[in-house]
Parts: sequence; structure tokens; C-alpha cells
Amino acid sequence: MMGMLVALLFAASTAFAATADPALDARLKSLESELRCLVCQNQTLAESNAPLAEDLRREVRELALSGKNDDEIRAYLVARYGDFVLYKPPVEPVTYLLWFGPFLLLAAGAAIWFALLRRRAAMAESTREPPDATTTPAGELARARAILDE
Amino acid sequence: MATLPAANPPSRNRTKVLRWTLPLAVFLVIVAFLFVGLFRDPREVPSPLIGKPAPAFALPKLHEPQQKLTTADMRGQVWLLNVWASWCVSCRVEHPLLVDLAKANLVTVVGLNYKDEPKDGLAWLAERGDPYKTSIVDRDGRVGIDFGVYGVPETFVIDKTGVIRYKQIGPLTAEALNDTILPLVRKLQAS
Repeated sequence: MMGMLVALLFAASTAFAATADPALDARLKSLESELRCLVCQNQTLAESNAPLAEDLRREVRELALSGKNDDEIRAYLVARYGDFVLYKPPVEPVTYLLWFGPFLLLAAGAAIWFALLRRRAAMAESTREPPDATTTPAGELARARAILDE
Repeated sequence: MATLPAANPPSRNRTKVLRWTLPLAVFLVIVAFLFVGLFRDPREVPSPLIGKPAPAFALPKLHEPQQKLTTADMRGQVWLLNVWASWCVSCRVEHPLLVDLAKANLVTVVGLNYKDEPKDGLAWLAERGDPYKTSIVDRDGRVGIDFGVYGVPETFVIDKTGVIRYKQIGPLTAEALNDTILPLVRKLQAS
């Protein structure tokens, strides 16, 4: 019984270290970090412990070992689960609003801001008192004289 | 607007109106989005496989492991592929509906025994009734992945040419069967 357990543990540990290839591990880690786990939807494939995530990691590893590049692996998952598996959605007509919407809002905000500034400037211009004969220094002097001369 | 004092120039009236209509419009748009969102299930991921040929498989049958069922064997008939497992709790909920459906003999149902121990699957069917024409064994879940399965149970409607026409995510309900799946099956059978 004990021997079986030890054998099992050994098998498990060798299964986890299936590839002694740090470069591949790093590549898979970064690829899996931008793929969504379908079961626990706010986790990436890299961090999820769901059985399906384990299976998908196994598939991704096998695809990588068979020479597929990252785009081909992504396409494999998208064909089965849709764009939903990608944390970074592709730029295509349906996602234009998603990608460019924030810039649109920024532009709209800037436009409103400039319009307000211009209006405010125009208003300040129109409410300023026109230079008046009585308010210029020469006019004041004339007024003072007129009062004194009375 | 006509009651406003004439002293206000028209452009200032427009600004005043905008000052409350614009935020109101933005607010209403947000409310509309959130309201629609209330009735959508974020767990239901639309399948990209609808309208595409069902993935090819060749899997051993649960009852006769030495025999295999392939996608090609199902050509020429409308059939349902029901993904189930003995460890799946909601499969117990939908199972009586499948048993009734089998009795009514309206459509062929194939079971995909997903990531299960065959002996557990067999015991489960023996206990609850076997509504499947045949069940096939997907021990490591690879065919499940090909079908985009991410939660059990799931049910696919597949037409005579082997194209997936519909996918039910989660347990079947009487409404889903009567309102969506069976009308679709009848339509596909007639065509």
C-alpha cells in the first residue's frame, strides 16, 4: 500500500515535470495568461485549477510540442470556444466600439471642453465695458474739473 | 421654452436644455444596457460551432467498449448529442426529461459520457434508466474540447448532414425541449 502510494507520487511528480524545457514553460505561461478559463471566467488558463483548465493546458502544451505557434494555438481554442477565450479580443468590426470607444469619448470630451472655453471667452469679450469717455484718465480729469468749476 | 424671458439669447437656452438632457440621455443608455444585462447569463458562452460540421470523433461505446461510434455513423439522421457524467449533479435534474424523450421516440439521442469512469457511468444508467441509443466514452475529455464543452450537461442538435444547429448549455428543461429543441428537430427532420 505504502509502496503504491510512493509510486503514485513519483508518477505524479514526473508527470508535472513532463518537459524540462524552461523556454517552453515560459512561453506557455505567457500564452496561458492571456487565455480565459471557461469554467471560472475571471481566471486565466494559467492560474485556474478547474479540471477543464488542466485539460486545456494539456492540449496547449501538446500543440506547442507538435510545433504550432501561438497564433495557431489561439485559433485552435477560438474555433472551439469563440473569442471569449481571449482576454485580448481581436480588432474587427464588432469590436471597433470596444477598442476605439474610449478614444471617441476622449475626443467628444475634448470637443465639449474647447467649445465651452471658446464660448466663455466670447462671453467675457462681450460683457467687458466698452472704453467710455468718463472712465479714461483724461475723461475723469475732465469730469473732476467740471465738478470743481460748478 | 416660449415662457423663458426673451432676455436669454437662443444659444444659452440650448445650453440650458443640453445641461439636463445630455446627462439624462447618457443615464438612459446605461440603464438600457444594464437592464438587458440583467436577463443575460454571463456563464452562457455562445458556441462558434453552430452552423459548422460536428467535429469528427471515433469513440468506444460505453456498453460495448470494443465497438466504436463515429460521426459518419450518424449521417442521414437528425440526432442529439447529450454530454453527461455520473459525477455531474445537474445531469440528474435533466435525466428524467431525457428518459421521457426516449419513450416518446421522437429523436435519436447519443450520450457522450464525459471524463467519467465507465463503471460509474454504467451504474448510473442502470439506476436511472438509459435514454441513449448509445453512449460513447470520452475518458480524457478531448472530444468534449473539440465540441467546445465547458460545463456538463450540454446538448447539441445535429442535422442530417452532420452540422451542429443548436447547443443547449446546462440542463435541459421542459421549456427548452418543447419550445426550441423539438420544433427545430421536427423542422430538420422534414427538410
